[in-house]
Amino acid sequence: MVGELNSSQILTIIEGIGKSKEKLLLILLAIQNASGKNSVEEEWAKIVASELNLPLSKVYDVLTFYAMFSTEPRGKYVIEICKSTPCYINKSDAIAKIFEEQLGIKVGETTKDQQFTLLYTACVGACDIGPVAKIGEDVYGDLTQTKIIDIIRKYQGALSCQK
Amino acid sequence: MSKIVRLISKNCNNITPESVEEYVHAGGFEGLKKAFTQDPTEIIAEIKTAKLLGRGGAAYPAGAKWEHLLHIPEFPKYIVCNADEGEPGTFKDKLLLSQDPLGVIEGMIIAGYVFNSNDGYIYIRGEYAAIQRSFQKAIDHAIESGYLGNNILGTKFDFHIHIVTGAGAYVCGENSALLNSIEGKAGRPRIKPPHLAEVGLFSMPTLVNNVESFANIPLIVQMGGEKYLSYGTKDSGGTKLVCLSGHVAKRGVYEIPFGVTLRDIIYDPQIGGGIANNKKLKFFHLGGQSGPCGIPEQLDTPYCYKALRSVGLSVGSGAVVVVDESVCIIDYLKGVTEFFIHESCGKCTPCREGNWQMYKILRKFQEGVAVQEDFHVMKRLTDTMTNASFCGLGQSAAVALTSCLKYFRDEFEAHIQKQCPADHCFIGRERGE
Ligand SMILES: Cc1cc2nc3c(=O)[nH]c(=O)nc-3n(C[C@H](O)[C@H](O)[C@H](O)COP(=O)(O)O)c2cc1C
Ligand code: SF4
Ligand code: FES
Repeated sequence: MVGELNSSQILTIIEGIGKSKEKLLLILLAIQNASGKNSVEEEWAKIVASELNLPLSKVYDVLTFYAMFSTEPRGKYVIEICKSTPCYINKSDAIAKIFEEQLGIKVGETTKDQQFTLLYTACVGACDIGPVAKIGEDVYGDLTQTKIIDIIRKYQGALSCQK
Repeated sequence: MSKIVRLISKNCNNITPESVEEYVHAGGFEGLKKAFTQDPTEIIAEIKTAKLLGRGGAAYPAGAKWEHLLHIPEFPKYIVCNADEGEPGTFKDKLLLSQDPLGVIEGMIIAGYVFNSNDGYIYIRGEYAAIQRSFQKAIDHAIESGYLGNNILGTKFDFHIHIVTGAGAYVCGENSALLNSIEGKAGRPRIKPPHLAEVGLFSMPTLVNNVESFANIPLIVQMGGEKYLSYGTKDSGGTKLVCLSGHVAKRGVYEIPFGVTLRDIIYDPQIGGGIANNKKLKFFHLGGQSGPCGIPEQLDTPYCYKALRSVGLSVGSGAVVVVDESVCIIDYLKGVTEFFIHESCGKCTPCREGNWQMYKILRKFQEGVAVQEDFHVMKRLTDTMTNASFCGLGQSAAVALTSCLKYFRDEFEAHIQKQCPADHCFIGRERGE
């Protein structure tokens, strides 16, 4: 498991990317990716704000505006099912149901072990292989029940290897 | 006339995308070399002759946009490539960014040269994180081989390209919202005027073009505007990358010359290959969620800006979502409206509230509680959204709905009678669920 990010790690991330206001999105994304819980906590946002010399409200504006950010902790893996119409007409709602059954949670929820969060997303630009789900940077297409079970196993396997 | 061509997509899946050597071997950077021997006004004249219309969706003439910016005296000027590609059903910029990044880079350098600009930004959507990295490699290789960076090809011209990431906001594709996002802010649209050519990125004169638009520039410079125009029709120059998705047999990106028909695009064995699973075509949705829907009777319309417009359709982003008879029109439009609710930035009321109200009315139809009066309410809502929204998102959010009300009025009426021709709605109710 990834531990809590501490303030010196946050500072290292900011230094690595560069202390400039235009890099705000990049910095926040990097923090979120390093967080292990796919979120940016208020404490960390405060550090970013003071380092970039921005009011916290500006940082918060960005965090709440863009769909990729979360200020609430999420699972280690965020599974996002595309529900835009090209995927929807290829039955993305049925795909969501299968994920729900397999993970034992509803869309919008996180598994008890904090490993998976299930969400809907808008088009991820892979409509030629819809219905699709995006997990981190990876996009899985032409989903079926069998494929979904395999995908979940793969991520669960990755988790157990790290332990 | 061939129904598919390989002009801007000729390198895709043919060369190692980030390899300058292979790119040059395939004729790459010839456009740039020729551009360096020309005057900026000559280059712009060729783009005008080519009748290149912006490929990002709005179809604004690129030549006119460039000419306007050329005459603005302030410096520095910035070159911005819009690679936000958030329009559902659109995945053609992804093809170019991942398979021919150097073609996009070459287009941006030529723009830099034309406007004597030293900095270009490419805003790539956050969902394409892996592509951001491969694109950076292409940039690095171009710098190493002298095509980018300082003193390009010994001309004393410097040009740098910076990649900026998006973070999941469709509205950031709108050009002024895009600039706010590059500046590290929330991507809400700006009021226009002032035009971005006057007050753009960091308040300086700025050019914003789509990925596919930039990819066309080296070709136009190399072959000349006349030749480029001849690939398409006399009003829509060149070719277009179309993205086929939904219920079509062969989904994917295809490069077509303007002028082939919609029927060719959907049914030709080399292109769409017909409707999947031998079902019947019900309608097609062109240009993204913000575009209009068309019906089988319109299939013989040539795919070009003018002919499509004359029958109420549009090219938009190049998305062609094919929908078969199993889909309920109300259910489909509800999906479209949900997208706009999700993506509305909330800055203005007609869009933020209008989409919600539209959603509620569509729900009423699906639940069998809609009444005739709802048609009037929808008309008032669409008029308000179209005319009073702050940016293109709200202004075009009701385009699909308006087109469907025209062609599928019967299906709306049927829902008032608690009947769904596609057997989608009311099913649970009948079963007593
Ligand atoms: C809500 C909205 C979203 C847009 N999204 C994109 C996009 O993802 N990519 C794009 O190139 N243009 C997009 N546009 C159009 C841009 O505002 C702009 O017209 C375009 O980038 C100009 O480039 P072009 O003339 O080369 O097409 C969008 C417009 C609106 C109103
Ligand atoms: S129309 Fe208004 S609310 Fe909708 S995205 Fe544009 S500015 Fe935001
Ligand atoms: S609609 Fe699902 S990836 Fe585009």
